[in-house]
Amino acid sequence: MFLEQLVNGVTLGSIYAMVALGYTLVFGVLDIINMAHGEIFMFGAFVGMLLASKAGVPLPVAFLGAIAVTGAMGFLLERLALRPLRGRAGASNLASLISTIGVSILLENVAHRLFGAGNHLFETPFAEIRFPVGPVDVSLVQALILLISLLLMAGLALWLSRTRGGKALRATAEDITTAGLLGIDTDRMITVTVVIASAMGGVAGVLVGMAFNYINNQIGLSMGLKGLAIIIFGGMGSIYGAMAGGVILGLSETFVVAYGSSGYRDAIAFIIIIAVLLVRPQGLFGQAAPGTRT
Amino acid sequence: MKGRLKALAALSSVLFALVFLGAEKPKPKVEPVKARIGVISIITGQGAGYGEAITNGIKLARDEVNAKGEVSIDLKIEDSSAKQEQALAAAQKLIHSEQVVAIIGPTLSNEMKVVGPEANASGVPIMGTSTTAKGITQIGKYVFRNALPESQAIPASIGKAVKKYGIRKVALLYGNDDVFTKSGFDTMKEVSETLKLEILTIQEFQKGQADYKAQLTKIASLRPDAVFCSALYEEGAVILSQARKMGIKVPFVGGNGFNSPKVIEIARDAADGLVVATPWFVDRNDPKVKAFVAKYEKAYGKKPDQFAAQAYDAFHIMTNALKAAGAADRDRLRDAMAATRNFDGVLGKFSFDAERDVVMEPVVLIVQGGKFRIFQ
Repeated sequence: MFLEQLVNGVTLGSIYAMVALGYTLVFGVLDIINMAHGEIFMFGAFVGMLLASKAGVPLPVAFLGAIAVTGAMGFLLERLALRPLRGRAGASNLASLISTIGVSILLENVAHRLFGAGNHLFETPFAEIRFPVGPVDVSLVQALILLISLLLMAGLALWLSRTRGGKALRATAEDITTAGLLGIDTDRMITVTVVIASAMGGVAGVLVGMAFNYINNQIGLSMGLKGLAIIIFGGMGSIYGAMAGGVILGLSETFVVAYGSSGYRDAIAFIIIIAVLLVRPQGLFGQAAPGTRT
Repeated sequence: MKGRLKALAALSSVLFALVFLGAEKPKPKVEPVKARIGVISIITGQGAGYGEAITNGIKLARDEVNAKGEVSIDLKIEDSSAKQEQALAAAQKLIHSEQVVAIIGPTLSNEMKVVGPEANASGVPIMGTSTTAKGITQIGKYVFRNALPESQAIPASIGKAVKKYGIRKVALLYGNDDVFTKSGFDTMKEVSETLKLEILTIQEFQKGQADYKAQLTKIASLRPDAVFCSALYEEGAVILSQARKMGIKVPFVGGNGFNSPKVIEIARDAADGLVVATPWFVDRNDPKVKAFVAKYEKAYGKKPDQFAAQAYDAFHIMTNALKAAGAADRDRLRDAMAATRNFDGVLGKFSFDAERDVVMEPVVLIVQGGKFRIFQ
């Protein structure tokens, strides 16, 4: 049972990590938490559900559809809710934060209107297929979730570290003014970041649908909260922190149920986070802000 | 002056006679008892499916009752959104501003735990149609229910399932943050202990949880003969579906929350093998049930579920009592309701016991081939 629970935990954790990545990317360049990310993620799940379960298209197409819709939503979010506030005299970062909260409330209610309140079945054609890996039975869905999230995370890490675009993004995240002086189109980089983050949220949404079989218009809120906890735990703005934090939270939640009491699932998972933060307030991979005690 | 007064008196007596005769002539008609009844239900948010069925059932009954003309009911429907504080605010509005004679609802036992005391303190009869947890009518003498409590339904379903499948070892799974699912679990545990079943594990989950794999992996590894699960339909259907995909094929015995066609709608094939006890069976061979189902289907385009049927019967029980009371008076209505015995409704013969709780016979059903059938 240990190995099976390990697989469950890593799968859950990699989904958490995917959600957290979207937050951390945007935080890196904009220094704000995009509160609408959870709802964009939820829309990704619904687009995936409509395509895969209702329209019956193959899964890769459902992924592309979710990426397209959530990417476009990210673009609109940046253009309509973030850019108009940026650099305006008197508008602090808090203004953009509130703006994203507004978008998140709007999106949740739009989803309620469009899709209703209840659970929606997310069908995947191969949901019943399981195969043995060593002593454990792994379902194909779990394997696929792991594979997709690992590929995406590796791709993101490679893009950030090896390409010109990734370099520009990192420079923008480091210092937006200097990056602009050095000839980087920072507005464009910010748009690209928000679009990528949203598209990753869309992929995470489809993965959640596949993993849990069901989605409703509240998942944005519950998964979003987990994602927020993870980026604080992993270190604000750190890509590797989001990945590690997600997996650790997924594993601890699963093992609390497996070997402890299922009633304390969330409580114990978050106590672990608090304990880590007491030792490393900047998070697992976070850099201490200059002038703070570590 | 005097002459004018006399003339007025004469005129009014003529008028009075005319009115009197006019009223008398067609047939001796009793003025219907006019009353305003409040309804608190979940119209929006999680569990809105319950509220939809309940208000549909009540509206159908209201139209029937008003058409008959013995009572004339004005309904005031309020939304609780499944939240205790909102349910309480709705109750206060109904009791104090709308001056209702009685309240039907709220939907969840959780909500009744806060609304019941308020209504009881104000002397307003309140009747739960879906509140099945323990101790609901013990809140006070103005609190009634016609929802079959879990403490009667669960022993019936477990008893039958144990006999049929020879169940010896069970796993228990329940939502630990809801009065209703917790009370269902307490009954399941009690019944398991009385029947000397071996409880392999007790697993808990919280409302709105999406991933049950950790709990289910643990249950699967212990190989129980059956899973007793106390959950509302949203979570219940997800649990069933995830359990079947993980290879847990044993029967599930559910509480009342499972007893909704929505479980089959959401879980599809995975719902097969689910056993529930219910006061309501839509395919029951009874002319009264058939007439109700036909009327409901015509009005709302779907078959009534348990919640619609219970709400429908509750409204009739209440208006019958109102008729007996003869006036829209809260105390007289309460006494008349408490005296209800052998009411013949779509749920079968129904009576209140001395504690205003349900006396009736449950039916045990099993899901087979995507349909609820009578469990033999």
